[in-house]
Amino acid sequence: MKYYIIKRLLLTIPMLIGISIIMFVVMHLAPGDPTSMRYGLNPEVSQGARANFNRMYGLDEPLHVQYGMWIKRLLTLDFGRSLIDDRPVIDKVASRLPATVLLQAVSILLIISIAIPLGAAGGLKRGSFFDKVTTVFVFVGYAMPTFWLALILIFIFGFKLGWLPVSGMTPWYADYLPFSAKAGDLAWHLVLPVVTTAFGGLAALSRYSRSSMIEVLREPYILTARAKGLSENRVVFVHALKNALLPIVTILGLTLPALISGSFIFETIFAWPGMGRLGYEAIMNYDYPVIMGVGVMATLLTLLGIFISDVLYAVVDPRIRLGGE
Amino acid sequence: MRGAERVFLCWKRSLAFLSVAFFLGIDLPGYGAAVPRDSYVAGGISDARVLIPFLADDTASSSICELIFNGLTKVDKDLRVTGDLARSWKISEDGRLITFYLRDNVRWHDGKAFTAEDVKFTYEQILDPSNGSPYIGSYSMIREVRVLDEHTVSFEYEEPYAPALLKLGMGILPQHILRGAEDIRSSDFATRPVGTGPYRFGRWKNGEYIVLEANRDYFEGVPGIKRYVYRIIPDQAVAFLELVSGGVDSVALSPYQYRYRSRTKDFVEKIEKYKYPSHSYVYIGYNLKDPLFSDKRVRRALSYAVDTRKIIDSVLLGLGSPSTGPFLKGSPFYDESVEGYPYDPGRAEALLKEAGWEDTDGDGILDRDGVPLSFTVATNQGSRVREDTATIVQSQWAEIGVDAKIRVVAWSAFLDQFVNKKNFQAVILGWTTPIDPDIYSVWHSDSSREGGLNFVSYSNGRVDALIEEGRREFDTRKRREIYHELHGLISRDAPYTFLFVPYSTPAVNRRFKGIEPSPAGIGYNFIEWYVPEEEVKYKF
Repeated sequence: MKYYIIKRLLLTIPMLIGISIIMFVVMHLAPGDPTSMRYGLNPEVSQGARANFNRMYGLDEPLHVQYGMWIKRLLTLDFGRSLIDDRPVIDKVASRLPATVLLQAVSILLIISIAIPLGAAGGLKRGSFFDKVTTVFVFVGYAMPTFWLALILIFIFGFKLGWLPVSGMTPWYADYLPFSAKAGDLAWHLVLPVVTTAFGGLAALSRYSRSSMIEVLREPYILTARAKGLSENRVVFVHALKNALLPIVTILGLTLPALISGSFIFETIFAWPGMGRLGYEAIMNYDYPVIMGVGVMATLLTLLGIFISDVLYAVVDPRIRLGGE
Repeated sequence: MRGAERVFLCWKRSLAFLSVAFFLGIDLPGYGAAVPRDSYVAGGISDARVLIPFLADDTASSSICELIFNGLTKVDKDLRVTGDLARSWKISEDGRLITFYLRDNVRWHDGKAFTAEDVKFTYEQILDPSNGSPYIGSYSMIREVRVLDEHTVSFEYEEPYAPALLKLGMGILPQHILRGAEDIRSSDFATRPVGTGPYRFGRWKNGEYIVLEANRDYFEGVPGIKRYVYRIIPDQAVAFLELVSGGVDSVALSPYQYRYRSRTKDFVEKIEKYKYPSHSYVYIGYNLKDPLFSDKRVRRALSYAVDTRKIIDSVLLGLGSPSTGPFLKGSPFYDESVEGYPYDPGRAEALLKEAGWEDTDGDGILDRDGVPLSFTVATNQGSRVREDTATIVQSQWAEIGVDAKIRVVAWSAFLDQFVNKKNFQAVILGWTTPIDPDIYSVWHSDSSREGGLNFVSYSNGRVDALIEEGRREFDTRKRREIYHELHGLISRDAPYTFLFVPYSTPAVNRRFKGIEPSPAGIGYNFIEWYVPEEEVKYKF
């Protein structure tokens, strides 16, 4: 196991380098460049000023030289500075990360606590009225365009009824509020974004736990448990559910990247200061260092997520042995 | 269009009566002897970037910088140059030396006195290429900045340069803080600036909001509003809901919101909407190197065949006005007497016939020597206004037998592969119109080299001469004559079909009083705005 973990971690390095090269090349393949994007048709910006800008950021160097400079800086954990506002990429990410992690963590928790019972119950009473209703419910959530749902919810609860804030995370006057009011206010601002995100995410997890439950119920050991005369509760919760949740562990590991990458659509609509917006704005502005920074972090977390779910799987399922021990 | 909004926000602090007082040499005490109260929450789609005036190149940063900093000059509500940090100025006989006499009652937000050294320092920084100011080209003609005494500073130019008066309105930085700073771009100052303006920097929460606090020691008087808050709301529909429900006090409305969403009782009771011409225009540009467009008659015919009124009514829902030339509408340099090309398809057909274009093969498309009058109009993706305009123009041209194809291309690719390489036939684009009428960078033949902004390759000797003359002439009356002549000449040559000037359509909560729309917009007298005691919303 230990050997396996070390091997997997070491394999991450060439993978990261490979992915970063692909990202770098694809990013530069897109027609246009940061300078023309920014100063393209601005009569007040001379050609000399544009050339100066390119020189300052090394944008006039050949591609492989630019990549070399980037990777050299990365070795000292320096992600470079944004072309847009000259702030260190790492600072920009650090200022946006908490908002996304908060929103995503709360909504993932909500998804887990709703989707798993919903799916398991559906699997248990397969074909029942309850099963059919929940199936339709989660698929409606899955199929509904999230931006539309978000706007409808904002319109009803934020605008018409005035129960919840229309948008934003912390109000600008938060510093004039006592701490308790601030925390309550944050919770208040979380409601709509969390509900919208969670509604769309219910389907996958609840369908997985439903089918997993159905499969498990067919297993001989369930039959054995029943034959032993165990109570139905014990059969369902101890023998069936526990085993049905095994595959879910894998899926949870894969939510890790979503935890930090955030969603551009939600964050834009709810004026939420998160990573999704940061990444999108960077792409729209050809802000190369930020695109690379966000990309590398997302890659790292994806690899980490896959790795964690593999390890967790071995931990929770004694039938699996990693690394040929 | 972004630039246009920026320009609108540029005269936040210009004051009509102050400029009068300035000419009379009177020092006015602060206006509201009253204490500043309430907060003004403006909504905008994107965050500010850098709060250093000579680096700020986006709407949000510029508008915030305008409140924190002052320049030597500014424009008043009628778009005339007036003093800001400079009490007055003198221009030498030969026009190469401008001497500014500075106010002696100005203090930085940290209490230090403002002096001529700050001015010299700021322009040295702008001219230092390692600071990377995008506007460096506007100051390249400065030969030397000299401090004559604590409150007098002179600028010597290589040659007379009339736009200098407005260009020297760039916000002045405090040398006592920044001297010796290694890199101004990435210094802490860029996110926590210290200026001389009516508002001092408060807080900045990245991606959420920026709070500015009234500067009670402001040299023009105490601002009427205690706090200026800039809230970032990226989605326009959500921003509208925030406006009506009171989360923000001001947003820019889209034409649709202006026309159809602002009739509800809620809206009418709480919010006032404004409209005035923005500082920009939209046009069709013809590549004059293309043989199709080398004949002036063809260009004029195409202009006659376009019904601008109809485009304004359908694309902008009436929120725009026709334009006939490249100058700022409402400024003295725009010649209202130029007729342009009022819609006249008959005349268009006659002109084309005169130029030899006739439908000889009966396919509905005009042709000459076997070549059909058919070409591609390109525009950039992401602008509904331009895309819709292209569609309407296409159908209007079809009526006189001109076949136009539309091509919509993503912005950066559009610039890269079409505009900069002059690889296009016709384009639909827009320009922002600076207050100063100098149009060298867009219309002088010298700007038609690859990568220059005269990408239609317009060249007219008389126009070149007038542009050069206009840059050297400080006298407004003489400049007016020069630019009126230019307006007529360009209109007659028809290298563009000038379409329209879209309106700016901001909406502001009604509790703010003292708003007086003018050619400069509404923001120019922001420090005079106030909220009556009983209507104050934010009491802290």
